Amino acid sequence: MEIFSHNSNVHFLGLRKISVGIAILLMVASIALLATRSLNYGLDFTGGVSIDVGYDQPVSVEDVRSALEKGGIENAVVQSVGGTRQVSLRFQPKDDTHYAMQTGQSPNLDVIAADVGKALQASRPDAKIAGRNYVGPQVGEQLRSDGVTAAIFVIIGIGIYLWIRFERRFAIAALATEVHDVLVTLGVISLVQREFDLTVLASVLAVIGYSINDKVVVFDRIRELFRSSRKADPEEILNRSINSTLSRTIITSLFTSIAMAALFFFGGPSVHGFAVTMLIGILVGTLSSIFVASPLLLWLGVSKKDLMPVTKENPELARRP
Amino acid sequence: MSDFPRWRYFLVAIVLVLGTLYALPNLYPPKPAVQVSASHSAPVDQALQQKIAATLQSAKIPFIDQSLKHDVSRGDYVLIGFANGDLQKSAADALKQALGDEYAEAFNLQSTVPAWLSAIGARPMPLGLDLQGGVRFLMAVDQNDVVDKQEIRYTQDITSLLKDKKISFISVARNATRGQGVNVVLGSAADRSAASDAIATEYTDLSVSDGANTGDRYVLNAVIKPNKLRDLATSAIRQNLATLSNRINALGVSEPVIQVQGEDHISVELAGVQDPAEAKKVIGATATLQYVAGIGDGRDPAVQDAVKTGNIPPDAHLYPGREGDPRGPYLVSKSVIASGDELVDASSGNDSQTGSPMVSVTLNSAGAAKMLDFTRDNVGKPMAVVYVERTTDTKVVDGKEVRTPKTTYTVINYASINGVFSNKFQTTGLGSNKEASELALLLRGGSLAAQMDIVQEGVIGPSMGQDNIDKGLKAVLLGLGLVLLAAAIYYKLFGLVADVALFFNLVILVAVMSMIGVTLTMPGIAGIVLTLGMAIDANVLICERVREELRNGSTPLAAIRAGYEKAWATILDANVTHLIAALALTTMGSGPIKGFGVTLLIGILTSMFTSVTVTHAITALIHGGRKLKTLSV
Repeated sequence: MEIFSHNSNVHFLGLRKISVGIAILLMVASIALLATRSLNYGLDFTGGVSIDVGYDQPVSVEDVRSALEKGGIENAVVQSVGGTRQVSLRFQPKDDTHYAMQTGQSPNLDVIAADVGKALQASRPDAKIAGRNYVGPQVGEQLRSDGVTAAIFVIIGIGIYLWIRFERRFAIAALATEVHDVLVTLGVISLVQREFDLTVLASVLAVIGYSINDKVVVFDRIRELFRSSRKADPEEILNRSINSTLSRTIITSLFTSIAMAALFFFGGPSVHGFAVTMLIGILVGTLSSIFVASPLLLWLGVSKKDLMPVTKENPELARRP
Repeated sequence: MSDFPRWRYFLVAIVLVLGTLYALPNLYPPKPAVQVSASHSAPVDQALQQKIAATLQSAKIPFIDQSLKHDVSRGDYVLIGFANGDLQKSAADALKQALGDEYAEAFNLQSTVPAWLSAIGARPMPLGLDLQGGVRFLMAVDQNDVVDKQEIRYTQDITSLLKDKKISFISVARNATRGQGVNVVLGSAADRSAASDAIATEYTDLSVSDGANTGDRYVLNAVIKPNKLRDLATSAIRQNLATLSNRINALGVSEPVIQVQGEDHISVELAGVQDPAEAKKVIGATATLQYVAGIGDGRDPAVQDAVKTGNIPPDAHLYPGREGDPRGPYLVSKSVIASGDELVDASSGNDSQTGSPMVSVTLNSAGAAKMLDFTRDNVGKPMAVVYVERTTDTKVVDGKEVRTPKTTYTVINYASINGVFSNKFQTTGLGSNKEASELALLLRGGSLAAQMDIVQEGVIGPSMGQDNIDKGLKAVLLGLGLVLLAAAIYYKLFGLVADVALFFNLVILVAVMSMIGVTLTMPGIAGIVLTLGMAIDANVLICERVREELRNGSTPLAAIRAGYEKAWATILDANVTHLIAALALTTMGSGPIKGFGVTLLIGILTSMFTSVTVTHAITALIHGGRKLKTLSV
């Protein structure tokens, strides 16, 4: 069975001005979104109190919110998780008007949870508190800086590897596309205001891993074709590489998406964010592997000369892939 | 097939068999159980087992008979298995009433893995709190408090040192800025140099420097050396960790996980505990020490008389000894010589002269002065160390939980005073090195080295844990099933071969995680699903290459060979970059991301083996030695 004709020869690089233009536009839009709307940071990052509530009968988010306000808990973020019977509340301890916070002390979660339980049960006796969490403000800051450090470490580490295994221009093109993928993925998360928690951060880092995988496969083919063809017009070689890896690029994305879709539909609320982010990242990463990475490589001026082994006298080296 | 050597078939077969064996224990879910252990010196024996069985029978709580066991090799406790969590809870309540204070009951899980699997060291993955339910705390150790305590102590010490050496001074005060040490103001340059020498020789951890002079005020500045400060910080964390472990053990939680996280955080995970209030009380409990004059031990007729009649002299207390102490109980004086907050350090070692085990104790200047006064008049008389612990007792009365605060006093050491001493002294006469290190731990563990703040707290209900397990399992199986189906449809026979490999990838991944003892969490399950989705990539690469070779006119066997060879270079490059990303995830300090990263890391490595080597072996087996016209790919 084949979905893609094996002798497809779409002139992807002919679209390079449009495709890279769109990519830049998306990046700028993402940066603007992140700057204006920011991310909907979850408890892990904002600190505060989160309480999971289960209901026997379906409940609407609006009802929960108004019940909380009546019960003296203001500014709570109410999200429904996994269907209509489970909601997650997030607020700062000081938003509970019954609760007087003592300075320099961690809040008493039991008292706050009891307040919430009372507030919710006043209108809906079937409300039950299923779990509660408190995260101090400094923990979130630490995590945010850890996350940024990890992302930079990944990008630089991969850059160095590609520089050594391929060539400088490949490393630069991969990194630029990588930054694009991360920014656009974050931009989409910001646009739909999905909660950004620790597992979403983990999946953003996994997106980097996934999307670099995709680029390396195309780059590998580019290097192979440059080395094996006598007449090496860069544009033609890049185009042939994209076309001949096209089937693999899309099939792998489809297969991984199938697995992530299973996680999304059946894995429950705690991995929802993870699966969604992965799905967005897979889409962005696949498109950028086809439309963005190679044009960048072309503009950076990649040529056959750069990819041939340096020591021509050693025939052993020349035979290596 | 010639390009697949025989030894590799063996390798593949061995890895698959081992992988299956070590992944197998995860199919046996553990049963909820109640663990009964002695909280003091009460015996754990046949009689206890019979009492437990009788209690449960009279309360009509069905338990699993063969699981009522006392296995010395696993620890000194009795474990009773139950069919579900509700029975477990009501049994624990019933046993708490029947067995009283002598025994502690804790929720535990009982393994149902067959003995022959346990015998080869195969064990299931431990489940994280999000899959099991429980309480988690993250505590930040206040490093400023460490500096504060040390600087206050040195201020006192320098004051008494200068008095001892009869060096006159104007003032000794802590610098207003934390970390800037102690400022000593003296009246003359000669006094200053004398003080400088005295401080430098007595306290090698201080660096002493001259400050600015104003008129006849000669300033000396003593700052704790940076490397000493670092040592203090790490030892504060270690000491707090030890203290916490002691306190949590008293809570009777089975297998608590207490570990240092990052530079100055301590995380505590208590599986099965559903009430964080009780746990928090114990963690925050104040245990302390008192040095008091001893009056007599259990062999003393006066003490035996006091035990029998209950007539305790008005100026004395009757305190029990530690569990198993043959000399207890003890009669001790009511007036306290020195207490735990005056204790600076305690460490175990061996006496330089006799070589017998001892604990050396350092007191601060206030404690030292009182100790000096007391020992001067009481050489040869006994002194006792009393461990004071404040805990909360929970009892169920008429279906309601009633909490009563309780203070327990235990004499942990009772010895004669051999000479006059002040800030530093040794306690000898200990039975063994183990006893010495235990005593040192108790002395240090009495109080926290630095204050701790709970910065994160989470409670995960047990039903939520079970719910997560069910959903996670469903996601893994469905994700796997769908990918298997898609691969078989798209790549036919080669797809089926890849499917076999992908299934074994899951098996080996689970086996490796179980063998290393990676804790399974929800993010870890997400990592497994992602690994399965991405592991098929290597097979996609291989199959696409084989198709390409066939189109270019290669014979089927040559196409397989070239397909694997050419795809391997790409697979390697793609996976190394992916490994770099996974590695970065594992270095992230915090729990959930780390679990995901570790799973991804192991998954990439196992998938390289199964997707390439295992499929190659199967392909070679199917196609080897046959004349082929076409390939099913």
